[in-house]
Amino acid sequence: MKQFKGRPVVAGKCTAPALVSHGGFNTLASFQGALQFGEIPILGNKYKQTECDDQNNKDLYRKPMLGKALCLPQTIGSTTGGMVLYCAKALGKSPACLLFSEHIDSLAAAGAILAANFCDEPMVTVDCLGQEFLDYVKDGMKITVDEDGTVTVE
Amino acid sequence: MTAMDYKMVLTPEQEALLNGSKGDAVAKAMKTLVMYGEAFGAEKMVPVTSKMGHLVTSFGLKVMKPVYDLMDTLIEGNALSGQKFSVDPKPLDKNVPASFLENIVFNKLMYSMQDSYDSQLEKLGLLGRDAYTCACYLDEVGNKPGKGEILSWAESSAVVYANSVLGARCNRNSGIIELFGSITGFVPYFGLLTDEGRKATWVVEVNTTKKPEAQVLGSAIGMKVMEDVPYVKGLDKWLGTELDGDACAYLKDFGAATASNGAVGLYHIANLTPEAVEQGESLIAPDAKTYVIDDAELERVQNNYPVMWKNPDGKPQLCFVGCPHLSLAQLNEWTDNVAERLKKNGLKKVSVPTVFTSAPGVIEQFNKTPKAQVLKDCGIVLSYICPLMYMNNPLCKSKNVITCSNKLRTYTTSRYYRSEQILDIITKEVK
Repeated sequence: MKQFKGRPVVAGKCTAPALVSHGGFNTLASFQGALQFGEIPILGNKYKQTECDDQNNKDLYRKPMLGKALCLPQTIGSTTGGMVLYCAKALGKSPACLLFSEHIDSLAAAGAILAANFCDEPMVTVDCLGQEFLDYVKDGMKITVDEDGTVTVE
Repeated sequence: MTAMDYKMVLTPEQEALLNGSKGDAVAKAMKTLVMYGEAFGAEKMVPVTSKMGHLVTSFGLKVMKPVYDLMDTLIEGNALSGQKFSVDPKPLDKNVPASFLENIVFNKLMYSMQDSYDSQLEKLGLLGRDAYTCACYLDEVGNKPGKGEILSWAESSAVVYANSVLGARCNRNSGIIELFGSITGFVPYFGLLTDEGRKATWVVEVNTTKKPEAQVLGSAIGMKVMEDVPYVKGLDKWLGTELDGDACAYLKDFGAATASNGAVGLYHIANLTPEAVEQGESLIAPDAKTYVIDDAELERVQNNYPVMWKNPDGKPQLCFVGCPHLSLAQLNEWTDNVAERLKKNGLKKVSVPTVFTSAPGVIEQFNKTPKAQVLKDCGIVLSYICPLMYMNNPLCKSKNVITCSNKLRTYTTSRYYRSEQILDIITKEVK
C-alpha cells in the first residue's frame, strides 16, 4: 500500500479499481465509440462498458473505462474533450474518478468542473499526484480517494 | 455563491454576474469560469476583446443530449452570446458518398438532433448559416482576430492558429467553456493569455534535407512536447520569412497536427510567426529542452502510425483531403495538381472516390472560378463537411479511407499518406 497526496480539483470520496494510461489520454478518441453507440444493442457490449476507442493509446485501447479510477498524466487532443467528459458523466458512462500525475490540463479541468456544476454528482478529480504515482499504480489495483486529495493505492 | 469563496479578485461587474445580476444561467456560467480559472491559479478575469467567438460543437449528435439540455437552459435563461460566433463544420452533406445504410445511420441514429441544434446555435448567436468551418480565420470566412486580442474560442486547430500565426491570445478551451466566455464576456487570465505562459519550453531544431511535410512535422512535435510551447528553428529555411498564403496554409496544417497528436496551443517559428519575429530567442525559457528533427525522425514517426484497416493490403475506397478545411490557395493547387497528373497518366477521373473539404465561403469563391468545373471533371466532390464527424461510426471503420490529415488519422481508422502519396494514389489506374 502506498499513499500519494494530490490537489483536489473536484473534491470527493471514491473507491475504484485503477486503469492506467502512461501517455496523454485523448478524450475524444477514447470516448467517441462508447458515447455514440453505447445504446445500440446490436453493436455488442464493448461500447456499453465504455471501452477505450483510441487506437494510439497502447495502454488503454479496448479496455473498459466505466467505473474505473482513471490514472493519467494529462489529457490531449480535441477541444471537445471537456464537453465529452461532461457528457460521459451525465450519461453514466464515465470513469469513477480522474487522477492526474501532472497538473490538470485545461480540457480535463473543464470537463470535471462542468460535471461538478451541471451533473447530479461530481466526478472526483485530483491532480499533481506526481510521476511516482503513475510509475507505482497498475491496472486493477484498489484506489481510494479522500476529500483532501489523498490517494491510497493497494 | 459569492466571490469571497474564491482567491481570484473579481471586478464589481464580474462579481455581480456571479451573484445573478443577469440571471441564474449567466451566474452558473460565471461560476464555472471562476472555478476553471482557480484550477490554474488565475488571479483575475479579463474581458474578451475579439469581435467574434468560435465554438467547437457543430454536430447534433443524439447522444450529446446533456449538451443540448444545457443549451436550452442557457437560451431560456437569456444567457446568449455577447458576440457573434462561427462554429466547426457540419457532419453531414448529401453530396459526400454514403451507402443507403450509412445514410440511415447518419440521419436516423447519429445526427438526428442536427436541425434542432442548428436552431439552438442561431438563437445563441451564430454568425450565419455559412459560418460552419474549423478554419474560421480564413479571409473568406471573416472571423480573423488581431494580434493581442483575447479570445474565448475552442477547436484545437483554430486556437493554435490564432495564437501562433495571428498572435491572438486564447487558451485551449473546451467546448461549452468557450461559449460561457462569450456569454459572460470574460475569461480567466492564465496560461496562453499571459506573457509567461507564451514562453517556449522546447526548442525544436529542424534539420531535414527537404521541406518537411507539415502534417508529419506537426505530429512529431505534438507527440514530443504534448501541451508545451515549442520554438521551432530551421523551418524558415523552407517557409521563408513572410507569412504569405503558402506559409499560412502550411502552418494551418502543421498546427492542427501538433494540437491533435499532442495538445499544443501555441508554437513559435523562428523569423516567421509574429512573436518570434518581435522577440526572437528571448521567448525561450531558460530550462527549455531540445528536440532535433531530421529526415530519419520524420520517417520513424510516420512508420509508427498504426494501420487500422481490417485488411491492411486492401485498396483505398475513399479519400479525404482538407482536415482542417482547405484554404482557397490549397484548393486551387490541389485542383491543378490532380488535373495535371490525371492528364499525364491518361485518365479523366480520379481512381479513388475523393472528397475535398473547405469552408462554405471558400467553396462559394472557388465555384465562381473555372477551376470548379475542372475539379468536377476530375470526379472530385467538394464539400463543407467535417470528415472526422463523417467517419465516426462503425460502418466507416470497415471502409478503407485514406487521408493526408494527421488529425483525421488520429481520431478515425483512416490511413495517413503524405500529400504527394495521396496525389499519386488517386491519379493512377487501379490494377
